[in-house]
Amino acid sequence: MTDAIPTAAPDRTGAEIELLSFVVGGQDYCVDIMSVREIRGGARATPLPHAPPYMRGVINLRGTVLPIMDLAARLDLGHEAETGRNVIIVVAIGGRTMGLVVDAVSDILSVAGQALQTPPDLPADNARSFVSALTIVEERMIRVLDLTALLPPAGEAAA
Amino acid sequence: MAEIRASFFIECEELLEALQDGLQTMLDGTHDGETVNTVFRAVHSIKGGAGAFGLDDLVSFAHSFETALDALRAGTLALGDAALKTFFQGADVLSDLVREARDGTAHDPAGSGPVLAALDMLIGAAAVDGRADDAMDFQPAMIALDLDLGDDATAAEHLYRIRFRPAAMLYASGNEPLHLLRALRELGPVRTRCIEDDLPPLDALDPEQACLAWDIELAAAAGEADIREVFEFVDGLCDLEIHEDESMPAATPPPDLTALTPPAAPEQTTGAGPAMSATPTTPRATVRVDLDRIDRLVNLVGEIVINQAMLSQSVEAAGLPPNSPVRSGLEEFLQLTRDIQDSVMMIRAQPVKSLFQRMSRIVREASAAIGKEVRLHTEGEATEIDKTVIERLADPLTHMIRNAVDHGLEQAEARSAAGKPREGDIFLSAFHRSGRVVIELRDDGAGIDRDKVFRKAVERGLIEAEARLSDGEIDNLLFLPGFSTADAISALSGRGVGMDVVRTAIQALGGRISIASERGQGTTFTISLPLTLAVLDGMVITVAGETLVVPLSAIHETLAVTQAELRAFGPATQLIALRERFVPLLDLGAELGYRTPLDDYAGSAVLVIGREDGSTAALAVDTIEDQRQVVIKGLQDSYGRVPGIAAATILGDGQIALILDPLDLISTATGRTRPAAALVPAMTGTAL
Repeated sequence: MTDAIPTAAPDRTGAEIELLSFVVGGQDYCVDIMSVREIRGGARATPLPHAPPYMRGVINLRGTVLPIMDLAARLDLGHEAETGRNVIIVVAIGGRTMGLVVDAVSDILSVAGQALQTPPDLPADNARSFVSALTIVEERMIRVLDLTALLPPAGEAAA
Repeated sequence: MAEIRASFFIECEELLEALQDGLQTMLDGTHDGETVNTVFRAVHSIKGGAGAFGLDDLVSFAHSFETALDALRAGTLALGDAALKTFFQGADVLSDLVREARDGTAHDPAGSGPVLAALDMLIGAAAVDGRADDAMDFQPAMIALDLDLGDDATAAEHLYRIRFRPAAMLYASGNEPLHLLRALRELGPVRTRCIEDDLPPLDALDPEQACLAWDIELAAAAGEADIREVFEFVDGLCDLEIHEDESMPAATPPPDLTALTPPAAPEQTTGAGPAMSATPTTPRATVRVDLDRIDRLVNLVGEIVINQAMLSQSVEAAGLPPNSPVRSGLEEFLQLTRDIQDSVMMIRAQPVKSLFQRMSRIVREASAAIGKEVRLHTEGEATEIDKTVIERLADPLTHMIRNAVDHGLEQAEARSAAGKPREGDIFLSAFHRSGRVVIELRDDGAGIDRDKVFRKAVERGLIEAEARLSDGEIDNLLFLPGFSTADAISALSGRGVGMDVVRTAIQALGGRISIASERGQGTTFTISLPLTLAVLDGMVITVAGETLVVPLSAIHETLAVTQAELRAFGPATQLIALRERFVPLLDLGAELGYRTPLDDYAGSAVLVIGREDGSTAALAVDTIEDQRQVVIKGLQDSYGRVPGIAAATILGDGQIALILDPLDLISTATGRTRPAAALVPAMTGTAL
């Protein structure tokens, strides 16, 4: 967890990128839309024993086993209440596919590369630095999520 | 090109198998001339294909091998033990060379050198004059080679030029040349040309006259007699000439029409007649399919099974009357699904023969390395198991075979002293037993020296010196990590990588291994494996509101535990008294972290899980729901390994249920079954 340097910094040259923005724990986040596979409604997940608390379990996604991560818990924003009205964003991270539980999906944003700012390095939040960039859309600060940093480290997954 | 190359290597596998089969038949002494031919053809075909791909090492070795086999076929070389041994070694080297060629690894002449020399010696022994009558004796026969790689494939065939000129009477008697031409086509590929030179102008045409003739080029392994047989019924009703063309590709002009007297047929063709009756039995038609495609099909069928379960559940929920058409239709659907599933699993299944052949090589090499005379007997080679199981069985079985040769069988002197034949026997057999495949490895050696095993185990600190163990328990000590009885580390075994690795590998396949031994009579290892890795027979249970599947193979018995059977053991643990034995009680829900231990387990359902070392543990669950086949979905790829969990499956309601790995769970279990004593260090629930 000491590795807080964002590994997947978005391209900051002129090209526009498209981001899917969503709300989790009351905050605005977004991910590169290219890594999003689908968005689906919440479903009851089968819990995995000995899994970290932010792993909600696995669900059946058309015959494949999809691990579900409680994004709010992962980002230390408190546990997402299992209301059944949550949304699962299915993302591809590296070779894996994972579902992220969020409050609600907001919008698709087109952001120019220059509009992305490097997040400040604040030691108090150092351990939870999953944000690779910041941007402002309509007066709201949107955090660009670093998906690879979300994955439980190999040791943790195997523990 | 890469594809042809790949198919050549697949072909090679089959040819090598045929080669092994043939040699084995020779060893058993039940061979005939055709066996030698088959063996020769296998080597020859490999050589031919290798030549086309410029695999020089392979070609040159195959050539020597082929020459030696040719001498055998010609009768200039007698088939003795030494020759047969060399041939077996030759087959081994040949398969090594094929593998090296396929993987592109460099060839190490150290392995093939001595065998090559031995082959050359055989060829030398076959005498110089061997070659001369060899040419006469060469019975060309069809090579069953689908590969069109080069001239080699057709070299054993004859090219016949047939001139067929029907007379008017042929038509008048109701015969039809077309049928005859078709019959010829069945003997081999034909090129037919119609000769219409004699066709008169239309106004002069007599419709009752026969004016057409045919020139036919037939490439066939058949003898001239077979060709004549085609024309048997029109004998005398036509002019028939059959020539055998020695210079195959060269187009010699067809013989003059007027030369009707057939030239004396070369003696060779008439001689080929009897040899023909021994043409290889036509192989069953097979299709090569990419394994990925089959796996996709297996997955899809898995989906159908799950879907069908869902459908049943919703029909159930809809409350339709039992005899409604929907229900009976669903019943049929269920039957069909099961049939499809079985058929698809059959596609992945392969006979264990290839595995057994590899083992016979291991026996040869292992016995040669330590100078014991060992003979391997195999049985049930046609038994089929999932391809992946076969592949993953090779390593553990190799290890076991080496053990059997090294430790299982005694030295020849000791055998004679015990009144046994000097040659040790190892029996490897495969068969089906109650929905599982059983592979048995038996030797007729000295059996397990239990005193020695016990001493070693104490020496290595695996058990207490004063422990009292039953014979079965002592035998099972062999499966403990770090156990080795070999007095000296030999080239073959005794490096401490022992039966525990074998057992782990077998368990990873969902199998079980057990051992039985009788002093002086030998040792038997029995491996029981599931037919397939894609489905599993499981018991569906619930604990703490979660549904889980426990593999049926791991469950010894199930029972409802009563207060009287529960005994407090430590401050945090409990045991169950089960027929005079105490079995540690594990709370499945607590071990998986789903709940804290219950206050009282009386009335809980309990699954008794048997461990391979003979000890048992009891898993407390809430309810036992059902017993059914479930489709295995891996967790490894999507999430990673979860301790105590083998895989996942999808239930009829669409929910995912985890499939338990009971042995893994037990080995890491804390055993805590009493909530009050949370501060006491956890006891392990295992006997050892």
